[in-house]
Amino acid sequence: MESRIARAGNAGPKVRSDCEIILELKERGGIEIELDSKVKSLYGESIRNLVNEILSFYSIRHASVILNDSGALPFVIAARAEAAIKQLKNTDLEYLPDFLSNNSYMVKRDRFRFARLYLPGNTPSLMINAGLHGADSIILDLEDSVAPDRKDEARILVRNALRQVDFYGAERMVRINQGERGQKDIKGILPHNVHLILIPKCESEGQVRNIDQEIQAMGRSLNLKSQVYLMPIIESAQGVENAYTIATSSKNIVAMAIGLEDFTADLGVHRTKEGKESFYARTRLVVASKAAGIQPIDSVFSDVADMEGLRANVRESKALGFEGMGCIHPRQVRVIRQGYAPDESEIEKSKQIVLAFRKAREKGLGVVALGSRMIDPPVVARAGRIIDLAVSLGLLQSGWEESTDLQEE
Amino acid sequence: MGRKYRSSGRVKIKHNDMVVRTVINAAGREVPLEINGQPVIPFEGVGKHKPDGMKYGPPIPVCSDYPDDGNKVVRSLEEALRRCGLRDGMTVSTHHHLRDGDLVSNKVFEVASGMGVRDLVWFPSASFPCNEEVIKYLDDGTVNRIEGSMNGPLGRYVSEGRMKGTAVLRSHGGRVQAIQDGEVKIDIAVLAAPSADKFGNARGTGGPSACGVLGYARADFLYASRVIIVTDNLVDLPCFPMEIEGNYVDYVVVVDKIGIPEKIVSGTTRVTKSPDRLLIAEFTASFLDKSGILKDGITMQAGAGGTSLAIAVFVHEMLKARNWKAKFGFGGSTKYMVEMLEQGQMGYILDAQAFDLDAVASVERNDNHIPYPVFNAYNYHSKGNLTSMMDIMILGATEVDVNFNANVVTHSDGCLLHGIGGWQNCLHARNVILPLPLFRDRIPVIVDEVTTLCGPGELIDVIITERGIAINPLRKDLLESIEGSGLPVKTIGELKDEAERICGKPAKPEFTDDIVAVVKWVDGTVIDVVRKVKQS
Repeated sequence: MESRIARAGNAGPKVRSDCEIILELKERGGIEIELDSKVKSLYGESIRNLVNEILSFYSIRHASVILNDSGALPFVIAARAEAAIKQLKNTDLEYLPDFLSNNSYMVKRDRFRFARLYLPGNTPSLMINAGLHGADSIILDLEDSVAPDRKDEARILVRNALRQVDFYGAERMVRINQGERGQKDIKGILPHNVHLILIPKCESEGQVRNIDQEIQAMGRSLNLKSQVYLMPIIESAQGVENAYTIATSSKNIVAMAIGLEDFTADLGVHRTKEGKESFYARTRLVVASKAAGIQPIDSVFSDVADMEGLRANVRESKALGFEGMGCIHPRQVRVIRQGYAPDESEIEKSKQIVLAFRKAREKGLGVVALGSRMIDPPVVARAGRIIDLAVSLGLLQSGWEESTDLQEE
Repeated sequence: MGRKYRSSGRVKIKHNDMVVRTVINAAGREVPLEINGQPVIPFEGVGKHKPDGMKYGPPIPVCSDYPDDGNKVVRSLEEALRRCGLRDGMTVSTHHHLRDGDLVSNKVFEVASGMGVRDLVWFPSASFPCNEEVIKYLDDGTVNRIEGSMNGPLGRYVSEGRMKGTAVLRSHGGRVQAIQDGEVKIDIAVLAAPSADKFGNARGTGGPSACGVLGYARADFLYASRVIIVTDNLVDLPCFPMEIEGNYVDYVVVVDKIGIPEKIVSGTTRVTKSPDRLLIAEFTASFLDKSGILKDGITMQAGAGGTSLAIAVFVHEMLKARNWKAKFGFGGSTKYMVEMLEQGQMGYILDAQAFDLDAVASVERNDNHIPYPVFNAYNYHSKGNLTSMMDIMILGATEVDVNFNANVVTHSDGCLLHGIGGWQNCLHARNVILPLPLFRDRIPVIVDEVTTLCGPGELIDVIITERGIAINPLRKDLLESIEGSGLPVKTIGELKDEAERICGKPAKPEFTDDIVAVVKWVDGTVIDVVRKVKQS
């Protein structure tokens, strides 16, 4: 006999902004909801209404529901209910909360990706305010931070978060699982304005191509307006050896990251703060990325309490050529962004390039020259972004043009 | 009295199920004209009510009634209470300097219950979760009501309408005002003292139960008819420097323990680790900076909550970087304030209570860490208020509404949750800033209308949330000062809409007509009431 009872979500004294739903399908008796919630007096009725609406959406007429709520937002409750239902009922129907109009923005492929904040895909409390901390990107993670038996409910939660949580302009990334599960992930999340997909444990160009093709095909059938970018993560010796072919395997790849926890495990060595054991892999990844014209991204720094260690780590990472790093705690965002931010000489150089560009445009010249050197358009574009960034970080006053002269060599 | 108010009908209040006339006060709230059988004055507006008459005076004592050798020690608390003439209906006061480690106030009612005394009024300067035991004596009739802060289980007890009398909630300053003006006549003050001599001189330092200062007990010993000192550390005369003077004391009781040391002060107070709260703290520091409020010679107060402490740390960094110095800080003091003092970024700490061990130690170590009772700082019926001299005031709230009115006593579900503390008194500072999360779990903090009005919006200047900063439109100067600063300024309405967009529009808690508590304003007028919640 098939199971009639399902459970989804989380409850317990330490859980916040989540709920646990225990659903039992019945033959008769209508819908019974037992609600335990600390926000019962304010939202009890709206929680019941939501659960009833979802059950009726899935044509469930007889069921008992136990809902242990610790202040879950509606998109979380909806995700948990749907996940429980889908354990008992074979259906492709999706109960989609409204798509927040603030969430329809697009991003450019060459934007900075200094700090990308990882968010465990099954922990709603960490998602709600994630966009407030100034990360360039947020990563909703379906892979390593989600327990194997929670993959399905996490996918639904992440989908609802993509629709309902305002990430305040951060690039919206999802790290998918490997293999078949990864395909399910793509199918589940792609229609909800995902900007970039992280491909974990990438070892070959074939792996990227398969995923890319799948995304393209699905994108066409969904009529997606914008391109979905890719970021392979290299986490093995094999991956490092194939870094360049992976980096060039799709034009949609915009960056490539290294994951040192798995890489050092693959080598059979310990990961140290000095990182001698991964020096070759890191420089190899930087060189391959630069050769392919994409951004090399460094591994996360796992000691969230050690801000000085992080600062030193970022300094060295930038010196090696990396252009960003993952964050596993919001407090790391600022240190990382400051660390990768342009220094004085870069800003100075960018100012000169921008001024030279403007001068060339005024004169109607097609070619930008700084002294005797010709400047390529991508370099001009990058200089412009560095200037914008320097202004946004307070490193440069807006209106700097007034007080800067073009240095003719 | 009814002359200024619109009559609004008749409402039942808890005390003996009495029905009294209510009016609409100047804040638009329906309040009774009588509480616990005594007439009260409805709120008339900020700074509007002018008292007349004389201050209250306790009975005149005479030396010949007290031992010539100055030894006022008696054998037990019960003997002291008997000799003080404890009887039905009396008002007994205690202070809260032993915080959640207090072993004295519960004991008073245990003894009183054993003596068969009934219908006492407990008048604490604050209550803590450890005082849950008092529910037993409310149930058995020993205590009629509590006039003082109520939180946790006591708050719920009152909100469910189980207390016989009607609770009266006052600010720390309002409590002093009520005592001074004779609104509350303390029959017996039972004052725990970490150190005392046999004559009754007492202080907050020394001994196993040191709490730092005893400032909240000042009005009690000056105005109570009878004063009992309870100590676990009897020292040789004179107990110096005394905060409580023996000339005001009737009896001294020596017990094994007045408190549980680790619960009297938190070992350490800690800056929040929550990234969201740190963000709010950063916004606050940045606002203080960019608005020009922060400058050399400022005066400030910040509480002991994790976010406030983070703000204090950021302010300290800014003062240090610019070689500025705060003139003084008003405590509740914490190790972070002590660091400012000792590293030269603060001239003095004026201190009503020490929140952590570093602060307790600092009171003994630093001459410029000065015990400064709320009696002097907060009383609105006095010749000046310390809080109105403060430049920066960082406060909390459970709710703020679109008119900047704030609530600190009830939860959004309508249940009493916190005392007022010094909160109302502090609203008179030059810049009152409330750093708050936009919502707690799913509960919006910015709402259409506060459940209970504790502070009028005209006194609240800035709300700082993780999703934006709202400045009271009355403060055009502040709005102008941060123009172009890049800070995320929004209207309070926009913040409320954002909270509702995320959380959903909350239902209103449901109440019965029964009034279970009244909230006094700093001048003794009634600003709002708390009604019994409808049980679901």
